[in-house]
Amino acid sequence: MNIENKMTIEFESRSINESLARTVVAAFISPLDPTIEELSDIRTAVSEAVTNSIIHGYTDEIGIIKMECFIVGNELSVEISDLGSGIEDISRAMEPLYTSRPELERSGMGFTFMEVFMDNLEVVSVPGVGTNITMRKRVGSVKEMQEYTQEINHNVL
Amino acid sequence: MEETKYEIVRRVLIIRLQKDLDHHCAVNIREKADKIIDRYYIKHIIFDFSKAKFMDSAGIGVIMGRYKKIKYSGGKVVVSGLNKSIDRIFNISGLYKVIDKYDTADICLQKIESA
Repeated sequence: MNIENKMTIEFESRSINESLARTVVAAFISPLDPTIEELSDIRTAVSEAVTNSIIHGYTDEIGIIKMECFIVGNELSVEISDLGSGIEDISRAMEPLYTSRPELERSGMGFTFMEVFMDNLEVVSVPGVGTNITMRKRVGSVKEMQEYTQEINHNVL
Repeated sequence: MEETKYEIVRRVLIIRLQKDLDHHCAVNIREKADKIIDRYYIKHIIFDFSKAKFMDSAGIGVIMGRYKKIKYSGGKVVVSGLNKSIDRIFNISGLYKVIDKYDTADICLQKIESA
């Protein structure tokens, strides 16, 4: 399988767009034939990143969130960026259970989920300028392995 | 899109989630649930996920927030009808340390009332 594809969307930092963002990414990767688990991993990670931009990046203002998705081979890469307030201390923000906004009942698990559910997570942030999150994940690899194993079995037999 | 349903059985509040539990929906559910909890002297809460397909970390906030609210009066939060993805979120976040899970909301109700 060798697919290459690219998609970019921009939307306002309104909470209603959280479901838009994860639905769009889920549709975008359907040619890779993801498993249900992979789909839900990616939907969760995207939801966390977009929610962070809305709550922490833009706080109470409406700004633009840009989401760029790439497929190269069987790897999805999602880049979510905002021009919001940025993160002062990235390693602290990424600690499980840490939240800068406990009054909103945030659980502090956003970055942890992005890390757990994706293969790779990169955070670039400049206070006062904005934040850029890049997440990568190989998709459909389980199926690929099954096909590979079948092929081997076939050759052996 | 169907709205979240709230049902009161004796002093148990059953919250039947109808779709996704993300930050967008969390805000409404939190406000509505807290009003009902205060007004009707709610002791226990059941979150029924049988119609919910998705939950992210915002859902953890909603559930832990309600748990903190009722635990001082000896109340419990229990959940039912979780699909595999939501179950995984519960596992990873450690929610099962304080929250019990059963298959259906009816079983939750039985367990709470017999305890």
